[in-house]
Amino acid sequence: MARVVLGPNLRRFTDGVDELEIDAATIQQLLAKLGALYPKLGPHLERGLAVAINGTIYQGTVLAPIPPDAEVFLLPPIEGG
Amino acid sequence: MNDIPLAGTAPKAELKWVGTRGPRPDGLDKVTGRARYGADFRLPGMLVGRVLRSPHAHARIRGIDISKAAALPGVKAIVTRDDFRDMPSEFVPAGEMMVNYRDIVRNVMAREKALYEGHPVAAVAATSASIAREALSLIKVDYEVLPHVIDAAEAMRADAPLLDETMITAGVDPAPTKPSNVAKRMEFSTGDLKAGFAQADFVIERSFATKPVHQGYLEPHACLASVNEAGQAELWCTTQGHFVVRTHCAKLLDMEMSQIRVIATEIGGGFGGKTVVYLEPLALALSSKSKRPVKMVMTREEVFLSTGPTSGAHMKVKIGVRKDGKITAAEAELIYEAGAFQGSPVGPGCMCAFAPYEIENARVIGYDVISNRPKVAAYRAPGAPISEYAVECVIDELAQKLGLDPVEFRLKNGAKAGTRALYGPKFGPIGLVATLEAAKNHPHYSAPLGPNQGRGVASGFWFNIGGESCASLHINEDGSVTLMIGTPDIGGSRASMALMAAETLGIDVAHVRTLIADTDSIGYTFLTGGSRATFATGMATVDAAKAAIRQLCARAAKIWEISEDAVVWEDGHAKPAGQNAATFPPMSLAELAGKAGKTGGPISGHAEINAQGAGPSFGTHIVDVEVDKETGRVDIKRYTVIQDAGKAVHPGYVEGQFQGGAAQGVGWALNEEYVYGADGKLQNAGFLDYRMPVTSDLPMIDTVIVEIPNPAHPFGVRGVGETPIVPPMAAIANAISRAIGTRLCELPMSPPKVLKAMQAHKANGG
Repeated sequence: MARVVLGPNLRRFTDGVDELEIDAATIQQLLAKLGALYPKLGPHLERGLAVAINGTIYQGTVLAPIPPDAEVFLLPPIEGG
Repeated sequence: MNDIPLAGTAPKAELKWVGTRGPRPDGLDKVTGRARYGADFRLPGMLVGRVLRSPHAHARIRGIDISKAAALPGVKAIVTRDDFRDMPSEFVPAGEMMVNYRDIVRNVMAREKALYEGHPVAAVAATSASIAREALSLIKVDYEVLPHVIDAAEAMRADAPLLDETMITAGVDPAPTKPSNVAKRMEFSTGDLKAGFAQADFVIERSFATKPVHQGYLEPHACLASVNEAGQAELWCTTQGHFVVRTHCAKLLDMEMSQIRVIATEIGGGFGGKTVVYLEPLALALSSKSKRPVKMVMTREEVFLSTGPTSGAHMKVKIGVRKDGKITAAEAELIYEAGAFQGSPVGPGCMCAFAPYEIENARVIGYDVISNRPKVAAYRAPGAPISEYAVECVIDELAQKLGLDPVEFRLKNGAKAGTRALYGPKFGPIGLVATLEAAKNHPHYSAPLGPNQGRGVASGFWFNIGGESCASLHINEDGSVTLMIGTPDIGGSRASMALMAAETLGIDVAHVRTLIADTDSIGYTFLTGGSRATFATGMATVDAAKAAIRQLCARAAKIWEISEDAVVWEDGHAKPAGQNAATFPPMSLAELAGKAGKTGGPISGHAEINAQGAGPSFGTHIVDVEVDKETGRVDIKRYTVIQDAGKAVHPGYVEGQFQGGAAQGVGWALNEEYVYGADGKLQNAGFLDYRMPVTSDLPMIDTVIVEIPNPAHPFGVRGVGETPIVPPMAAIANAISRAIGTRLCELPMSPPKVLKAMQAHKANGG
C-alpha cells in the first residue's frame, strides 16, 4: 500500500483527509482510485498534476510504477522558462 | 513509445567527449551574421503584417470599423476578434501544458475589452509597411475607457476596477460570492507553525516588493506564415517550442495539426518568454485570408507593451531561529501579478521559497492576481527568483543577528539528500551543501573588501523538468552522423547532443551534426524550457544512439555470419565477443556505414520518450558591490556563480548559462522595472529607458561547476539554465546592506532608492 499525502490545496476536496493508504501499482490506478473515493477531487486530478513517488517527481505520465510502501505526494504541475 | 526510460548506465568514470569544450556549432553563423533568425525569412509575394494595439489600459470595445482600412489599395487582409472563435473557460491539455484557451484567444486578440495598453485589437496585411501602417490608422475602434489598476496590492482591494466580472477566487472555502481580481489562493504547509515559532529565540519578519521585469531577449518576436488554398500552412518563427506553437495555432484557428508545419528559426534569446504565441496565429489568419505569405515582426516597443514580463510581487517573510542557528519555523505570503489573465508563477514561487532549507514547520500562502498589464510569461525559473529573493534576504539578516557567517548559517540549515521539501517529497542527491562548501573555500569569499564595499551571498533552487522528447540519429554513408531533435537550441543544446551522441557511439564529435527538425520531421517534442533540453532530449539522443548501435551490431553479425548476441560495441567499433572473440577484426562505424546499403539498407536510431527523474539544481552566488555614497549608484565589483550541474556536458555553455543568469539578475536587482503613468500607460517601453545591464556594468563573472550526478540521466545531467537567475537579487541586496549598513527590501535597488536609504540611515544615527 502506498502512503499518499495530499497538500492543503487538495485537502479541500477530501473533507480534510490529508493522508491515506491506497493500493495502486501505477499513477493511473492511483488517480482513478482517488477520484472514486473523492468525486470532488476528480476535476482537479484531470487538470494535470505532478506526482512525487519516493522523492522522484513524475509529470505528464500516468504509467510510472508505484512501488509497495511508496511515499506519494500530489503536486501542482511544474513548468519552466 | 518508451514512456519511462530506465535510468541507463551509471556515469562512466572516464568520458572522452562529454565534459569537453569543443567548438560551438552555432558560433560561426552567429558571429558572422549568417544565422537566420525569425525576421530573416522571406517568400515571394510576401505581405507585411502589422498589429493595431489598444492605447488604453482598460477599455470596453464597443465596435471596430475596418471598412476604410479594407478599402485602402494594397491592403490584402484584416483580422479582428470576429476572426477567432471564442473558447470556453476550461483548462485543457496542450501538449504537456494545461492551458485555458479562453484567455489565450483573448490575449492574442482582444474581444469584449482591451485589458492593457498594447493589447492587440486588429491586424492588417498589406503590400508594404507604410500601407499597413496607414491601414491601422484607418481602423476605427469605439472604446469605452474604464478605470484601470496596475499594482497587484491595489488590484486586491474590494473597490478595485474589475478586469473580469466573472472571476471568483479559486482555492477559498467557502467560495466568494463576489468577483474580484484575485484568481487563486494556494497554500503549502508542513509541521506546526505556532509551535515552531514558539521554539525560536529570534524572529525576523520583513515585507518585500519587486517589479515586473522583462526577459529582455535581443531578438523581437517574428514570424512568417504561408497558407495555401488547400489550407496547408507553413510557419517560420522564433520560438522555444515549435510543437507548442503548432498546438496553440491549430486550436485557435480550428486547423488540424497535420496542416500546420512549424519551422523553428535560430532564436535570439527566449528565457521563457518565447513559450507562448502572439503574432503566429495572427500571421496565419492573415495569410489564410489573403492567400499570400505574411511576415510579422514586433518592434522593441511592442515587445515591452504586449509580451510577457515576469510578475511584480508583494511579499511578507517571517523566519524564526534558535540561538544555536537552527531555523525552527518559516512563513511567507506571496502576492504575484499575473497581468491581464490569470496564471502568474506564484505556485512555483511558493514551492521554491524555502526549498534550500530544512525547516520542520513552514507555511507559504500565495495569491495570483490580475491587473491591467500584459499577461506574464515564463522567465527563467518562473516565480522562484522572486520568493527566494525575499527569503534569502531574511536568511542573511538572521545570520547577522546571530553573528554567524552567512555561508555557515546556510550550511547549518541547508537541504541535503533526505531533506523533506516544504511541498512534500524528500530530495534525492542534491548539491546545495557542495555549492556552499565551494563558496566558503573560494578565494573570492576571503578576499579583502575596499571602502564602501560589501559582500553578499545567496543560494537558490529550481526543480528542473523532463518531458516528451524525440531524437532521430542517422548514420550517413561516410560514417558521419546527422542527429535530428525537436528542442530549439537556446543555450548550446546542439553541442550537448552531439557530445552525448559521440560519447555513446564512440566516435569523434566532429563527425556529428545536430539539427533542429521541424514539426513534420520528428515526433512531438515539448519546448525548450524548464531546463529540460539537455536532460530530456539528451536522454532521447542517448537512446537513439543505442538504437543505432543495436543495428550496427546486427549488421556486423550478418557480415561475420555469427549471432547478433555475439557482437559487442566498444569505442566506436563492432567486435566479436565470447567464443568468436578475435575471430574477426573489429569493424568501425564508418566501415559498417559504407556497407549499409549492401547489408540491409540505411542505419538509423530513433527514440521517443517521456523523460522523468529530472534532478533539481542548487546554486550559491557571491557578489561584491561598491556603493557610491554621493549618488547611490551600485557597482558590481566581483561576482562568482557556483552551481550543481550534475554533469556539465559542454562546460563552456554551462558557464555561459551561469554568467547569463547572473547578468540578468544584476539588471533585475539594480535597475529594471516597468514604470507606469497615472494613465496606466507604460513610460519606458525601450532599452534607453528600461535599463538592462551592458558589458560596462559587469565584471567578468567567475564560475564554479559542481557535479553531483543525477542518477536518472545516463551521464548524470541536471538542467542548468534557470537556477542561475535565482540567487542574484538577494546576493546583491545582501551585499548592499553590508556596504551601507541598512537594508533595502524593494527591487530594483536603483540609485535614488539606495541614496534615500543611506540618507534615512544617517538621519537615524547610522
